[in-house]
Amino acid sequence: MFELLGLPLDASAHGPKLDQMTVVVHWLMLFLFVGWGSFFAYTLVRFRKGRNPKADYTGVKSHVSSYLEVGIALFEAVLLVGFAVPLWAERVNEFPADADAIVVRVVAEQFAWNVHYPGPDGIFGRTDIKLVSAENPLGLDREDGDAKDDIWTVNQLNLPVNKPVIIRLSSKDVIHSFGLPLFRVKQDVIPGEVIPLWFTPTMTTAQIIEASTKTVSISAADTSNTVLLAMVAQADYATTDGTAILARGDSMTPEAILFLVKAGIKEVKAVHSTPAEIACAQLCGLGHYRMRGFVTIQTEEEFKAWLAEEASYL
Amino acid sequence: MAHVATAGHAVHDAAHHEEELTFIRKYVFSQDHKVIGIQYLITSLLFLFFGFSLMMLMRWQLAYPGQPIPFIGGLLGEANAPGGIMLPEFYNQLGAMHGTIMVFLGIVPLAVGAFGNYVVPLQIGAPDMAFPKLNMMSYWVYFVGGVTMLASFFLPGGAANSGWTSYAPLSVVATTGQTAWLFAMVFLITSSLLGSVNFIVTMVQLRAKGLTFTRLPFFVWAQLVTAFLLLLAFPPLEAAGVMQLMDRLAGTSFFLPSGLVVAGQALDVSGGGSPILWQHLFWFLAHPEVYVLILPAMGIVGEVIANNTRKPLWGYKSLVYASIFLGFMSFIVWAHHMFLTGMGTVISTFFQTTTMIISIPSVIILTAFFISLWGASIRFNTQMLFALAFLPMFGIGGLTGLPLGLAPTDTHLHDTYYVIGHFHYVVAPGTIFALFAGVYHWYPKVTGRRMSDTLGKVHFWGSLVCMNGIFMPMFIQGLAGVSRRLYDGGQQYAHAQGVLQWNEFMSVAAWSLAVFQLPFMINFFLSIWKGRKVENDNPWEATTLDWATPTPPPHGNFARVPEVYRGPYEYSVPGHPTDFFPQNEPEPAKG
Repeated sequence: MFELLGLPLDASAHGPKLDQMTVVVHWLMLFLFVGWGSFFAYTLVRFRKGRNPKADYTGVKSHVSSYLEVGIALFEAVLLVGFAVPLWAERVNEFPADADAIVVRVVAEQFAWNVHYPGPDGIFGRTDIKLVSAENPLGLDREDGDAKDDIWTVNQLNLPVNKPVIIRLSSKDVIHSFGLPLFRVKQDVIPGEVIPLWFTPTMTTAQIIEASTKTVSISAADTSNTVLLAMVAQADYATTDGTAILARGDSMTPEAILFLVKAGIKEVKAVHSTPAEIACAQLCGLGHYRMRGFVTIQTEEEFKAWLAEEASYL
Repeated sequence: MAHVATAGHAVHDAAHHEEELTFIRKYVFSQDHKVIGIQYLITSLLFLFFGFSLMMLMRWQLAYPGQPIPFIGGLLGEANAPGGIMLPEFYNQLGAMHGTIMVFLGIVPLAVGAFGNYVVPLQIGAPDMAFPKLNMMSYWVYFVGGVTMLASFFLPGGAANSGWTSYAPLSVVATTGQTAWLFAMVFLITSSLLGSVNFIVTMVQLRAKGLTFTRLPFFVWAQLVTAFLLLLAFPPLEAAGVMQLMDRLAGTSFFLPSGLVVAGQALDVSGGGSPILWQHLFWFLAHPEVYVLILPAMGIVGEVIANNTRKPLWGYKSLVYASIFLGFMSFIVWAHHMFLTGMGTVISTFFQTTTMIISIPSVIILTAFFISLWGASIRFNTQMLFALAFLPMFGIGGLTGLPLGLAPTDTHLHDTYYVIGHFHYVVAPGTIFALFAGVYHWYPKVTGRRMSDTLGKVHFWGSLVCMNGIFMPMFIQGLAGVSRRLYDGGQQYAHAQGVLQWNEFMSVAAWSLAVFQLPFMINFFLSIWKGRKVENDNPWEATTLDWATPTPPPHGNFARVPEVYRGPYEYSVPGHPTDFFPQNEPEPAKG
């Protein structure tokens, strides 16, 4: 059922539980639809006027339908008590302690995600809307002692793998919704409130790329195929005489596609260049469709190195 | 009560009043519920088609992002579509107005204003609505609201562009179109309130002798519950609309928190308000509104199914109790639209529970309709096809509500195309199909002629295939995680890449759906003059009072004051000479 539903890759610790529930609910839906559907189809054929010229005043006398209705109610009660309530409680009540997690602030604005790391001191510095400018989207007060080592990025969220992360969400202007489809996370960002969420990424971006790689067939008509053009090659490709066309990691350009086709290559291993992303899920204005950020999940060492590199620019 | 006492006289007076009325009084500012019903019908059908046209424009942009719109692209204006290429600002206007027009100017006026107005007084044996002048006013207030909504496209910055939900603060900082939207909504809400009071009084006070509540046609019950929903759910939105107007025009901060920075500028407002408050007030209306859309549709389906199965509706009482229960419950599920606003366990558990509970009466209603088919002698005319298709289509709409009504599964699906697919299955191949069934069913009573069954069947099969072609792929896109309201249909997003190819498919299905509305339009207008004349006042051999009037019913409706002797659907009664036993036909003399 999971494959049938076409749910995206799942790269968080809690994700499989949500997916499992989605699968269970869809089985129930399918069961009910097929059940009603077969009854419906049968009656339409069996009780058409041509076959049954005289209708029966009473019709069905049994109470089977009541038992079915009670059955559905019970199943829904099980879904509620067995899955929905405990899973939700885990999402909103069982936050890890700040000390055991990476804590990040994300401040949404039309149309970008500002990501704020507290730096080595672990304390977020003071911010002030009067200080907000193009160069300082968070309005960070660098005079404040806690703010001196703070790091911020725009549309780029780096996190270490297998460590819980707490994200404190807020918005500068309108309502946005912070969606991470691959991590089964979505949370509205409401101006005037700070809303926390937490999850644990279980795959690094490298692993996600590995798992998302597909074999795609190509033809000369694909030079304007936007899906293909957004991809990067996941293997090296060369002509029969050995001239390199694409190296692993290179973008699929229209020229490269033409060369590949000319070289008689009919399919390529490729993947979307940035599979892990932040998607705005709530209409936030004219740029809502392009309010996209990127998520990079790194190993603990890579993440520390990245933080150090960012700190060196301060 | 004074009016009730005179209601009977209206019947006798109707004949000589008729001649005294001028053209304006008879057809424009009419107080006759049937003329007003037809005014609502024509206006709302036009709005329905206009709202659909907005969507067809959007579907071009989704299928071919950034390519100039053929033929009409140049007519949309430089501010909206320079060079025929739609701007995101304009796309958002189309989205907001599509939803607003379809719900508030199309379906509700059609389901309640047109069918309710025309059919309810006939079905209860009344000469007119309880307050004819109020009825006339409801229509004209609705008309002003509709014109205001349309005119807003011509304001600087165009029409409202913050979604039909108008979430603050986006809507508060939006262009002038939003102000027009709010004013128009105040008109539309006022119209609905006037109408709902009128309906309730009419149904409670003007029923014919012998027409007890347990003998009311299911359609009337559905309208009664609907009227209570409109009466009780709309005022909070009217208040909220006025509050948002104040936020926009008078510098208040009902929905604006402190410390907002919009486009790099600190917003000069007092602050201290809450954007969530708007959502609560909006959904407190908008969830009952879902049942305002669906209940009259179920009512129509009940009438058409009983008539064309030639047997009583199975479980009439359970249908009625389920509808009433649905009405009550619809007031306490609204926050399931808001699971992701930062809701804790207690509140989310409450709303998940009520949401699961409200699914039960819907299941009961649907099951009763399905079981009604058992033992039937089904006539597959056009209205029956539409009514039958309503059942599985509404079924899909209802079932896909399950994963959205449970907070953990909602997490991934919230604000994706899955949601759009879900509620469109409820209202498009659901409600709209039922409304089509109603048009084909009551057309002979209104005009004295039938619509063509052949054109009707082309209309039906084409619409059924196209509707599924539009909405089924939305579930696929939604499960993949594609957000709704994206100007480019998700082209930028990695997770959307695998399902993008459906965009063109859905758009072609949408445009084809428009083509399949042509037989309906031709049928609708041509049959007024060319349709086969009805052989008597009751061409479908129905049992309810609406078929006991002359055709078309004159002002005042009934030639004789009807009296009711039995329940609404006495079809195929054992021992009765015909397979229908009208409510107003006295028992044959015994012996």
